[in-house]
Amino acid sequence: MAMTKRRERLDRGIRVRTEGFYALLSWREIGYLVAPRAALIIGLLILPLIMPNVYWQRVVCLMGLFALLALCFDFLAEFVGLICLGTALFVGVGGYLSAILNAWLGLPLLLTIPIATVGGAIFCTLLLLPCFPLRGIYFAIMTLIYPMMAARVIEALGILGSTNGISGLSGFPNIWVELYLIIGVGLVCLFGLRRLVGEDIGLVLRGVKDNDQAIKASGMNITHYKILATFIASGIGSFVGSYLAHLYQWAGLSLFALDFSILPISASIVGGLGTLAGPMLGAFMLTPLSELLRSLGGLRIAIYAIILVFFIFFRTEGLLNYAQRKYHQFQHWVEV
Amino acid sequence: MKVLIYGIINSVIFALMASGFALVYSISGIPNFAHGAMYVIAAYFTWLLLTNLGLPYLLAIILGVGIVGLIGALMYRFLLIRVRGMALSEIIGSFAIGLGILELVRFAGLKMLAYHLPPYIAGMVEIAGVPVDLHRIAIVGIALVVFVGLWLFTHYSKLGLSLRGIAQDERTAMLLGIDSDRAALVVMVLGSSVAGLAGVVLVPLGTIAVEAGYEVLIYALAICILGGLGNWVGALVGSFVIGFAQIITVNFIGSQWQIVVALLAIIIILILKPSGLFGRQKELEERV
Repeated sequence: MAMTKRRERLDRGIRVRTEGFYALLSWREIGYLVAPRAALIIGLLILPLIMPNVYWQRVVCLMGLFALLALCFDFLAEFVGLICLGTALFVGVGGYLSAILNAWLGLPLLLTIPIATVGGAIFCTLLLLPCFPLRGIYFAIMTLIYPMMAARVIEALGILGSTNGISGLSGFPNIWVELYLIIGVGLVCLFGLRRLVGEDIGLVLRGVKDNDQAIKASGMNITHYKILATFIASGIGSFVGSYLAHLYQWAGLSLFALDFSILPISASIVGGLGTLAGPMLGAFMLTPLSELLRSLGGLRIAIYAIILVFFIFFRTEGLLNYAQRKYHQFQHWVEV
Repeated sequence: MKVLIYGIINSVIFALMASGFALVYSISGIPNFAHGAMYVIAAYFTWLLLTNLGLPYLLAIILGVGIVGLIGALMYRFLLIRVRGMALSEIIGSFAIGLGILELVRFAGLKMLAYHLPPYIAGMVEIAGVPVDLHRIAIVGIALVVFVGLWLFTHYSKLGLSLRGIAQDERTAMLLGIDSDRAALVVMVLGSSVAGLAGVVLVPLGTIAVEAGYEVLIYALAICILGGLGNWVGALVGSFVIGFAQIITVNFIGSQWQIVVALLAIIIILILKPSGLFGRQKELEERV
């Protein structure tokens, strides 16, 4: 019989040593823990500075924006089990809210963004409330329908500026505010969510995903936790929408476009589902790619879809899960 | 009377759109989000064969539907089979495939509104004082043939019975020697062909547009949710609910409201009966 070998993966010694409190005893181990996080933070902070021109700085804004959406998709799908194919709904609601507040009621930008964030979160959660008894693909279908229907409703009723949208929003004072606002919020949300899913409530949320009967049996209300998670995620999404409306000084039907649902999903798949940081990195890779492909016009989304198909069927774990494995473990071949 | 007749026609059209999706999901559990793409490319291929190669209409239709069935088979055999049972991957994967196909078709030149297929039978007749064009009647006829054919197939042929076996209890069916993957393959071919057929049959009413792909997907999903996913009768009833709701709103309230009414119908039914109108215990387990 031919000798067969299989791969065996073992945790690196340093990973085991850094698990507890004693990691603080050695610089090397502190470095092992801090290096990836610091690399991400510093990388994001200097990213706007190394961009050659204003165009690419704008692209960084878009990257941050899609990174936030990807974060919110990943949080909902992997930690709460709500597969939300319609992050565009959050974007649209947030964008339109801040457009109404700013362009029609004349509130300043400093007020509209927080109000749109919280108001959008409440509004989206209320919209999704009837869908919470649904799970898996049922929920996915409903969330896919929502943004498309929302765009149709606005168009059909002729409200909110109909197809022309609402223009005349006030913009940000300068490009640096735009850049560091989105990057700052991105980092806060990333580490905040990582902390959240590590706490007790994170365990309950995972329970809602994996075994909701058990959560029910423990006397906890599933719908309550779903509302909470959706509130957080749609708050992030509404912030993105509000930011986007102010960035372009315009809110229109394109806020409900499929792009805002598809790109975050692709970013999550490429970056690695369930890692929270992975989807962000995925967004930071895919958005510039889509800018480079802009000259191809309609083929852009097709190329996107092909990348997505490749990753989902052939590299299911995504980039960051792979990188994490390499960072924490080594592998060798053993005879079977 | 007009409402009644056009309501029935509209409902049958919706049923035709949704039946492919309902069929695949009820038997293999695969949510085929590439459904809309199948609809569009069947019409597109038929148009290509008809105008570029000059084939006879009937042959072009058969070939177009056949190609779509083949695409469905390839899609299952090489891609979807790898992620079977993982809901998230199935949804996103098939959605990405559909998106890719639709956008490639758009890139291949389906941008203008100039593409449209001729109706099968030109002319109008009057039924009880309401003028109806013959093509719509042909649609109802074809849809009836499809539904009856599928019903006979799943109730009386050996292959069809094995498919139903898989749908009812996969493990027991596999113990009895029914190959689950083969059944899924068969049903993907069938479902894609039905979606393609719907495209070829319905497109002569309007024009071929890429956007129709998304629209058909949305309607199919809405109808299946309404009737209770994984349930054939439910899908049929769901399409009648949405079909009549639309026609009634168009006639009595105004055409711009029709989508609002459809959405409201879905939300109300979801609040009242989370598992859809005809969702059975199996669905309830999964959903609540």
